[in-house]
Amino acid sequence: MDNEFAIETEGLTKIYGSGNTEVVAMRAATVNVCRGEVIALLGPSGSGKSTFLTAVGLINTPTAGRIRIGGELVVDGPKAHMDLRAFRRRHIGFVFQKSNLIPFLSAIENVQIALEINNWSKAASRKRAMSLLDYLGVADRANHSPSTLSGGQQQRVAVARALANQPSIILADEPTAALDSHLGRQVMELFGKLAHENGTGVVVVTHDQRSLDVFDSVYEMEDGMIRRSEIGILSQTK
Amino acid sequence: MNLAIKDIRHNLGRFALTTVGVGMLLMIVMGMGGIYRGIIEDATLLIDEVGADLWIVQRNTRGPFAEVSRIPANLVHRALAVPGVQTAREFVYHTIQRERDGKPIRIAVVGLSWPTDKGETLPFVAGRPLALNHFEMIADRRLGLPLGERIRLGKEKYTVVGITENMISSSGDGLAFFTVADALDIQFDIPGEAVRLEREARFARGSLSDYGRKQPALTDSAYLLPSQIPALGPRQISAVMISIVPGTTQRAVASIFAGWSDVSVYTVGEQRDLLLRGPVEKVRRQIGLFRVLLTIIAAIIMALILYTLTLDKLHDIALLKLIGAPNRKILGMILQQALLLGVAGYGIAYVVGMRIFPRFPRRVILTKDDLLQLAVIVLVISVLSSVLGIWKALRVEPNEALSG
Repeated sequence: MDNEFAIETEGLTKIYGSGNTEVVAMRAATVNVCRGEVIALLGPSGSGKSTFLTAVGLINTPTAGRIRIGGELVVDGPKAHMDLRAFRRRHIGFVFQKSNLIPFLSAIENVQIALEINNWSKAASRKRAMSLLDYLGVADRANHSPSTLSGGQQQRVAVARALANQPSIILADEPTAALDSHLGRQVMELFGKLAHENGTGVVVVTHDQRSLDVFDSVYEMEDGMIRRSEIGILSQTK
Repeated sequence: MNLAIKDIRHNLGRFALTTVGVGMLLMIVMGMGGIYRGIIEDATLLIDEVGADLWIVQRNTRGPFAEVSRIPANLVHRALAVPGVQTAREFVYHTIQRERDGKPIRIAVVGLSWPTDKGETLPFVAGRPLALNHFEMIADRRLGLPLGERIRLGKEKYTVVGITENMISSSGDGLAFFTVADALDIQFDIPGEAVRLEREARFARGSLSDYGRKQPALTDSAYLLPSQIPALGPRQISAVMISIVPGTTQRAVASIFAGWSDVSVYTVGEQRDLLLRGPVEKVRRQIGLFRVLLTIIAAIIMALILYTLTLDKLHDIALLKLIGAPNRKILGMILQQALLLGVAGYGIAYVVGMRIFPRFPRRVILTKDDLLQLAVIVLVISVLSSVLGIWKALRVEPNEALSG
C-alpha cells in the first residue's frame, strides 16, 4: 500500500428501499484522504455521515461507486473485491461514540482481541496491547473491567484497540460525544498525532466544532451530498 | 484468548446455576438408566445365583418369577431318574407382606431344598447358611433384619442366621431364604379356624362319597395335616431346579423333560428371557421413553439457555464482526460454551448421582457402557443445542455494533 491516498471514494451512492419508498442516503460522495491526514465530517443528523462512514468501513456496501483503500480497489458498487471482514481486520480501526468495549474482557484483553484475531500470539499481543495502553496513558487500568473505567479511559482503550493492528485508516463516529470538552480535545489531538506519526488516514464524524483546528480538512454532508467545508479553512487560518 | 471462558467468568453466577439445573436433569436421565439396569439385575439375580441349568415348572406357565407355578414336590424324584441329571432341587418362591415395628415389610420368600441346598452360594455379608431344617432364615440386608433377629411369620418364629447383599426380587423386595418346608408353611399359613373347618369339610366329603363309605379308615385321615395326606392334598412347590451332569448338553436333557405332558422346562437363558420379555419389558419401555423425553427436554433447555446467552452478547458479537473477527472465533465461543455446559452438567450429574442413588429404594446400577452412552448423547445435544445460538450469531450484522 504505497499509494499516497489512504482512502479514495468515487461517486459513492447509497439508496435504501425502492420505488415510492426509495431513500437516497448518500449521493455520489467523492473524497480523498491522504496518508497522515485527519479529516472531519460535519453535518446534521440524517445527512448521511454514518452511511458514508459505514460504507468506507466496509460494513455497508454502497449501491454504486468505488472505494479504494491504500490504492487497492476494495468495493466497486455493491460488489466486494475481497473478503471485507478480513480486510477490515487488517486495515481499518474503528472508534465509536460509545467506547463499545466488550464487557466480559478487561481493558488489555479488549485490545488483545483485535491482535489475536489477526494471528498475533498471546504473548506478543499482550506486549503490544500494554504498550498501546501505556502510550494512551491507561496502562494502570489494563486489568480492569470496562465497567470500572471512566468514560475517558474507556475511549482511550477503544482508541488503543483501533490502533492495535496499525491500520491504514481509522474511522471515528463522534468519538468525543461522551466526553467533556477537555477530554474531547485530547482525543481529537491524539488522532492528529497518530495520523501524522503513523501515516494513518483518519476520518472523524463530529458535531464538536471547537476542535476543528486539529483537522487537516473539514467536509460537510447535507442531504447525502458531501463537500469540502470552508469552516475548516477558516478555523485553521485563525 | 478463550472468549467462552471469559464470558462464563463474567456471568459466573448465571452459568453456574444453569449448569446445576442441567446437571440435575442429566442426573435424572442417568438415574433412569441406572434404575432400568437395577431392575434387570434384580430380576435375573436369583436365576443367576441359584445355579440351576434347567427349570421345571407347571405346564404352560412361564415359571415362578413371571406367574404362579404349582407342581408336585415329588417331581424331584422323577427328575432325578432322568439320564444326565446330577441334582434336582425343590424351589418355592412367593412374596408376602407383614408388619414389623408398625411398618409394612415385603419379603420375597425363597425355599431352598435343604439339606442339598443350604444357601452356601449366596453372597453373604454376615452370618452363615441354613444349618437347621426349620426356623432359620437368611435375609437380604434390604429387609433391615439384623443377625439374630427373630421374626414371626405365620405360626412360627424364624431366626435370621445370615445376611446377604443385593439379593432383590424383580419387584424390588428383599429376598429371604428358608428351607422349602418352612417356605411352604409360611405360604400356606392358615388360621386355626380355617384348618378346623377344612378338616370337617374333608371329613364330610369323605363320609358322603362311596369310597369313604367303603373304606371308613380313609375318613380318619381327613383330620391329618394336608402334607400328611398326599392323596387329598399333595405338597405343591413352585419349580424344580435341575443341575446336569458335566459334559451333558442342556438341550439334550431338556428335550426329555419337554416330553413330559404335565410340566414345562426352561433353560436358564430361556427363563431369563421370559422374565425380561414379560414383567420387565413394560418397565424397560416406560423408562426408555422417560429417558428419551428427559433428554429432549434437557436439549431444549440447553438450547434456550445458550440462545439467551447469545442474545445477551449480540452487540459484542456484532462488534467482533466489525473489528474483523472470523466466524469461527464467534461460533467457537458459542460451541465451547455449549460443550462446557454439557460436560459440567454431566460431571455434576455423576457426582451428585453417586451420592444420591444409593439412597433410592430400588437399586440404581450405573454401568460403564450406559455412562459412556449418556456422555456421547450429552455431547451431541450440546452441539445441537448451540445451533440456535449459532444461527442467531451468524445473522448479526457488524453495523449493529454502531447502534445503542
